[in-house]
Amino acid sequence: MASRPELQAPPEIFYDDTEARKYTSSSRIIDIQARLSERALELLALPDDGIPRLLLDIGCGSGLSGETLSENGHVWVGLDISQSMLNIALEREAEGDLLLGDMGQGLGLRPGVIDGAISISAVQWLCNADKSSHEPRLRLKAFFGSLYRCLARGARAVFQVYPESIAQRELILSSAMRAGFAGGVVVDYPHSSKSRKEYLVLTCGPPSISTAVPKGKGDDGESSSDESSGDDENRTVSISDRHRPRKKQKLNKRGKGREWVLKKKEQMRRKGNVVPPDSKFTARKRKARF
Amino acid sequence: MRLLTHNMLSCNIKGVTNGFPLIIEAEKVLEKPVDLNPDFLRNMFHKVEWKALVDAAKSLGYSELPESVDPAMLESPEFLHRFHHALLELHLEEGALVCPETGRKFPVNKGIPNMLLHEDEV
Ligand SMILES: C[S@@+](CC[C@H](N)C(=O)[O-])C[C@H]1O[C@@H](n2cnc3c(N)ncnc32)[C@H](O)[C@@H]1O
Repeated sequence: MASRPELQAPPEIFYDDTEARKYTSSSRIIDIQARLSERALELLALPDDGIPRLLLDIGCGSGLSGETLSENGHVWVGLDISQSMLNIALEREAEGDLLLGDMGQGLGLRPGVIDGAISISAVQWLCNADKSSHEPRLRLKAFFGSLYRCLARGARAVFQVYPESIAQRELILSSAMRAGFAGGVVVDYPHSSKSRKEYLVLTCGPPSISTAVPKGKGDDGESSSDESSGDDENRTVSISDRHRPRKKQKLNKRGKGREWVLKKKEQMRRKGNVVPPDSKFTARKRKARF
Repeated sequence: MRLLTHNMLSCNIKGVTNGFPLIIEAEKVLEKPVDLNPDFLRNMFHKVEWKALVDAAKSLGYSELPESVDPAMLESPEFLHRFHHALLELHLEEGALVCPETGRKFPVNKGIPNMLLHEDEV
């Protein structure tokens, strides 16, 4: 499988015109986005009274997920960091309003006005430090803090995510809890490596009956109806990196040195990865072995 | 961008305490008719900052909204119609949003406000 897009380039670079174009031309991507958004909307558990709600789509991209919201009669505002993706949303005549913005800088929205938020395959991007000024913990904090403030009390936020590791899921979840959210992770088809999907279900406000985390689908071994197409699914966010040649490993006689290793380790820690503690043995010289 | 979104949006620059409402500089305005949903309007009425909506509508050239309101007006079809038109049918297509505190301009192109902050604004 192609490597994860989050590891290839910052989102505003990765989602360029070519990548964005796939969102209009691939029926597979369209289908997956629609199914993930349907499920996210279901998990939002909005009152069943037929009244349109004001929803937020974070990382709205080409507007495919927004289309699901519109089809269900809701009014939405979408935020995305990639102009190319938003251009596709314009082309597709997305019904929601679009904002060019970075969720890691926090959402500039008035308190308590939003009835619910969804996000499809976007939040894990926050765990990356794409610029030297990026600190994933601070960006997650800014994001969840501002999201908490703009949601109406009792409103939910549902994020479908592809965390890279358990540590990363923990990092995202703990940032959400620290911002005041209650909730947890819902896993659909946990027993299938192909169809397995994770949703973070968060509720704004103190814990109550409504904050109990719903059950995932296929929890009891029920199998997904579309197991066969499953293999392709993860590629929504991990599309081929053929066009982006990997950086050639620089070969340098002296190696990278202790300082470089310490810096890398720190970076990995900030991403939420488990990294062994630094010691006097870190990056020590090893004898050449043949 | 509709005035619904404008009414929810505030300036996010670090240290800004009064980032709402953003001042509208309109260069191009569009009208796109959509179906009126009275239930949605009734729900939104309590969330909307009315004065900001009146001023925003004026800056897009629409001045039919009453300056002051009370919930009883939601019974009037005529009022609902105007509210609906201002909130959901007027679009700021080209122009800028200006932070009322710092004067920082957020450009609006093809209806999309660019709310990306510079590094020193985060
Ligand atoms: C897998 S795509 C989701 C596509 C979208 N749901 C759709 O229907 O087209 C993930 C999106 O998250 C966006 N994204 C990543 N990091 C972001 C950030 N920090 N702020 C806002 N959007 C971001 C990307 O630009 C991309 O469009």
